[in-house]
Amino acid sequence: MSNQTTFSQALLNPEQPCPDGLRSWNGSDPAQRFAIYRNNVTRSLIDALADTFPVVAELVGADFFNLLAHSYIQHSPPTSRLLVEYGETFADFIQGFAPAASVPYLADVARLEFARVRAYHSADITALTPVAIAEVIGQPEHLANMTFALHPSVQIVHSRFAHVSIWAAHQGTHDLAAVDSQCAETALILRNRLIVEVMAIQPADAAFISALQQGQPFAKAAELAMDVVAEFNLSPPLAHLINTAVIVGYAYPGASLGNNHV
Amino acid sequence: MPNAHLTDVSLRAPAKVRGLPNRAGIGLKSQHVAEIIETLPELGFFEVHAENYMVAGGPFHHFLQQIRQHYPLSIHGVGLSIGGVDPLDTAHLQRLQILLERYQPESFSEHLAWSSHGQNYFNDLLPVAYDAATLDRVCAHVDQVQSLLKRQILLENPSTYVEFADSSLTEPQFISAIIQRTGCGLLLDVNNVYVSATNHNWDAQQYIDALPLHAVREIHLAGFSEDLDSLGSRLLIDAHGSAVDQAVWTLYADVLQRLGPVPTLIERDDDVPALQHLLAEADIAEQHLQHAAAARKQACR
Repeated sequence: MSNQTTFSQALLNPEQPCPDGLRSWNGSDPAQRFAIYRNNVTRSLIDALADTFPVVAELVGADFFNLLAHSYIQHSPPTSRLLVEYGETFADFIQGFAPAASVPYLADVARLEFARVRAYHSADITALTPVAIAEVIGQPEHLANMTFALHPSVQIVHSRFAHVSIWAAHQGTHDLAAVDSQCAETALILRNRLIVEVMAIQPADAAFISALQQGQPFAKAAELAMDVVAEFNLSPPLAHLINTAVIVGYAYPGASLGNNHV
Repeated sequence: MPNAHLTDVSLRAPAKVRGLPNRAGIGLKSQHVAEIIETLPELGFFEVHAENYMVAGGPFHHFLQQIRQHYPLSIHGVGLSIGGVDPLDTAHLQRLQILLERYQPESFSEHLAWSSHGQNYFNDLLPVAYDAATLDRVCAHVDQVQSLLKRQILLENPSTYVEFADSSLTEPQFISAIIQRTGCGLLLDVNNVYVSATNHNWDAQQYIDALPLHAVREIHLAGFSEDLDSLGSRLLIDAHGSAVDQAVWTLYADVLQRLGPVPTLIERDDDVPALQHLLAEADIAEQHLQHAAAARKQACR
């Protein structure tokens, strides 16, 4: 076993003894010196999680967040060298973390925050211009069978709780006291050019956008939305996707794949 | 001439682009980006952590591209784990290659340390034993990186809190051997020298004297935090959360006296202050550099 194996095990598990073979110039306790590494690793990873999940951290306070993050780090230490990818399973961990049970919406706020980080760093793909989209949609003979490609930043996060309103309250745009956490909400997260936007949308709008994202033809996507709410109106969600510059391509049977006309 | 040794050192890994200017630079922090683009402060270069930019798109790339148009750039990696017993992560190397192709930085540097083992990434720079087996491994890794990237890389001396009983070489001997065998350059972190020298009761001046100073291509300066070991001796931590200490400035001035001006970075990763504070620290380094350049000119007359 290499000394890096024992060193690694002792870094992640505070119950493991300090590795053998370490020394100090004056005979001072190597375990105390080794603890600096252990502390650096833990502290830097807690900070990384706090960067990705700032509202989760605010909701529970620094002490509880340290405990939560530390437990997560021991349970699921990073496997990627890219810290922006760390925390993908944090929401699931929160859901099973008994001391957090009194904050039932915490896991969904974490899901929303992780989706924001993903959106922030997602690929740069030029959107179709509103004029180009108007032309495309103005081909009624093709529209029903047309599929649309959405920007990779587009994500939908459902919750049984008011995770969007709770998150928004921590951006200073909502009053947290006025939020009824028990109202179910659906979040649409996307990056509009350089800015990540989060908004609460209707479940039928979410069904429409999800269907488009999965490559369902336009008519089928509208039909699936009408299964949710019979009087579904596709204009508002469609206008939102156009205005936020997240429709990046289209295709219809018999046509070569349309893209962003760059 | 500052480049007198370049041909010897870079034979096996020729640099594709010119090096950093012999001026002061600062680490690029996301909270300063908008102000930098708006005001374009007078500065020698910016340095970024490679891993922060290994993302598909978004604001990080958008702003770095703009800043790149106005300043020389150093890319500094923390994730390669060159000192690790595991083989280098080829997917990570590939990401790095793409990043360097995209930004064509004047310099790429990494650490004499390991940061991953098996499946785990630790996000910290962990120490290696200075023995023959480790030397072979580190040199093989540096060779691999340089031949893939087709450029000379710089390796940074570490700050450490423990020593290994198995070490058979001193740290400067170990670093000298890597540089001699691989032709890589040295990123001399003067704060790390001071921290490690204090933590292990080395003489910082002798440590620096024993390094292959001709290979120094960049200097790092940063702040440390202070603790005590179990016997009450000073134990310094490379925290990057405060201003450069006076003792480190003194050591820096001494290094410049011997080397002449060298590209110098003010590093700050924690408790990041307003941009003005970092620019003011860079200005102190700039004054040292101008002084060193003037002294060099004087000596050549």
